[in-house]
Amino acid sequence: MDFLIFQVPMLTLQAVLDGLLLGILFALIAYGMALQWGVMNIINIAQGDLVILGGYIAYFMYLYGIHPAWGVIVSPIIMYFVGVIIYKLVINKVVDRDLFISILATFGISILFMQLMNFAFGADVVLANSGYGTTMLFDNSVTLPNSKIFSAFISIVFAIGLVIYMKKSKLGRAIRATAQNARAAKILGVDTEKVYAATFGINAALCGVAGALISITFTIHPYMGLPYTIRSFMIVIVAGLGNLPGVAMSGMGLGVFEEFADYILGTEFRIGSVFLLLVLILVYRRFKLSRKREYLK
Amino acid sequence: MNKNIILYGAILIFGIAAPFIFPAFKVQLSILCILIILAITWNVQGGEMGYNTFGNILFYGLGMYLCASVQVGMFFPLGEWTEGGGEKTFVHTPAQFFQGFAVGLAVAAVVPAIIAGLIGYSILGLRGHYFAICTLGLGVAAGEISGGIEIIGAGQGFTTPPFPNVDRLEARGEFFYFCSFIVLVFTFLAVKAIYSTRFKLVLNAIRDNEDKAEAMGIQTMKYKIIGWMISAFFCGLAGGIMGGLVGYIDSTDVAFDGREMGVFMVLMAILGGKGTLWGPVIGATLFHIFKEGFWTFFLGWQYVALGVLIVVIVIYFPEGIMGWLREKYPERFGEVVDEADRKAQVTLK
Repeated sequence: MDFLIFQVPMLTLQAVLDGLLLGILFALIAYGMALQWGVMNIINIAQGDLVILGGYIAYFMYLYGIHPAWGVIVSPIIMYFVGVIIYKLVINKVVDRDLFISILATFGISILFMQLMNFAFGADVVLANSGYGTTMLFDNSVTLPNSKIFSAFISIVFAIGLVIYMKKSKLGRAIRATAQNARAAKILGVDTEKVYAATFGINAALCGVAGALISITFTIHPYMGLPYTIRSFMIVIVAGLGNLPGVAMSGMGLGVFEEFADYILGTEFRIGSVFLLLVLILVYRRFKLSRKREYLK
Repeated sequence: MNKNIILYGAILIFGIAAPFIFPAFKVQLSILCILIILAITWNVQGGEMGYNTFGNILFYGLGMYLCASVQVGMFFPLGEWTEGGGEKTFVHTPAQFFQGFAVGLAVAAVVPAIIAGLIGYSILGLRGHYFAICTLGLGVAAGEISGGIEIIGAGQGFTTPPFPNVDRLEARGEFFYFCSFIVLVFTFLAVKAIYSTRFKLVLNAIRDNEDKAEAMGIQTMKYKIIGWMISAFFCGLAGGIMGGLVGYIDSTDVAFDGREMGVFMVLMAILGGKGTLWGPVIGATLFHIFKEGFWTFFLGWQYVALGVLIVVIVIYFPEGIMGWLREKYPERFGEVVDEADRKAQVTLK
């Protein structure tokens, strides 16, 4: 086996570090998905497209001469309203319906977004250059772009901030109450409609942060949304709903897996291996549960 | 009964005469036939069995690649064919072309069905949205992986054998039209026959409540796998014909095109009405007319229209045309309705 990664041991370390930093970003997106899945019982296929849209906001700030790192502040604010608008137009009509209906409806939104972004921003692969430089480790054998470290740091800050917000604030308590039992929450005076809108908005805002960070660290393209959706879905089913440390861990695990798949199988199989991993995980869970005569719910 | 025979006869005669009445639309008509086949097969899976899948595109794409590979590989080395790209050093004689196509279609139908049987046990154990997402992943993964395999053309695509030189110019269109029409008739009759047996009742039982069906002594897994294999068989056939018709196979844009075909088949079945025999046929026809209109007059905006259409259909029209008709005229569907009782019904939320 003459894979490069086995000949140069330092590449292993490189892949692990890259994967961990990437995985934290995935975990942030997955956290948004877990939030709205848990509260509204909706699987949002357009999740990845919201991420890409958030990335384009940061990219446009970069084009107009503002440092793209400010996108981390601006993008979630804009995306929050985008999320609320999507909720008002589409999602509130599918909230209490069959899950497949919501999958299909959000699939429609995803196609719509993809094409609109393609019109608005063009089909080029773009990135916003942050100019942060790189850090060299271990005698220059491991290179880490500072932007990746920055993005991981910002992701952690936002995740912790959101956890505290959900614990302490009034809206956070209302969201958690609605997630536990929407009907009881309604009886006790929680405006669930408002809570749902806010949840979807917060989810979109998280996507916005992640997108802005992705546009700094990696590249964005209008059609790159679906893999992010699949990744966050995968992270959520591995970790379970409402298990934040689990989301972080499985996110980082997925990041490392991807980096190794990239080195060993080649870049052209990277996205394919992510999708195959999803299938394998689901099948594994299915066989594990079927021993107890149960199935994934 | 008599009325039905007249109706079917009229449709059959129209189908045979169509390419001569509308000679300019032969390709469109063939694509319509393919779309109807896909909608019918999706309906076996999603409508009758209740297993909503995005993954039938996997069998469609497999059929496409298999048919073309067999057609080429029977007579010429496959690797050199795909390596040459558009430039063809090998030419099929008419006999070779038709033999290859026939064998290719047979392979394209059987192999996906076998694959569906093999992976069915693992994947059909998932339910509801997990099944939907898992099959979505399967379809996309197949596209990405086949885009990296050298022998079937990898990223640069696979040109299917060009139609051989026979004297008539019209022959290509007519050949593919009749191929797809015959397969359509075959599919329709087969599915109609299946729907009149106990098998369909089993599928409906699985859809309505799988646990209870199992408790009643039905081996649900067996029936689910058979249902999926039927779906895969016809999907593969449709894919094989479509490959020959399009003439060029690309991994993510033609074969495993989850963004177009994979969504179309779901949408057509839902538009016509899930769980009915005629629903997918009507849905596919309407959808094709709409799609062609949009693709012609609003080129570039077609995906925007498609996205809006999906959202509108799913939210406001989830029971489809047949479902709407059934609600409106239940007597025509053989349901006895007590009008007073119907009016007294209150929808509970």
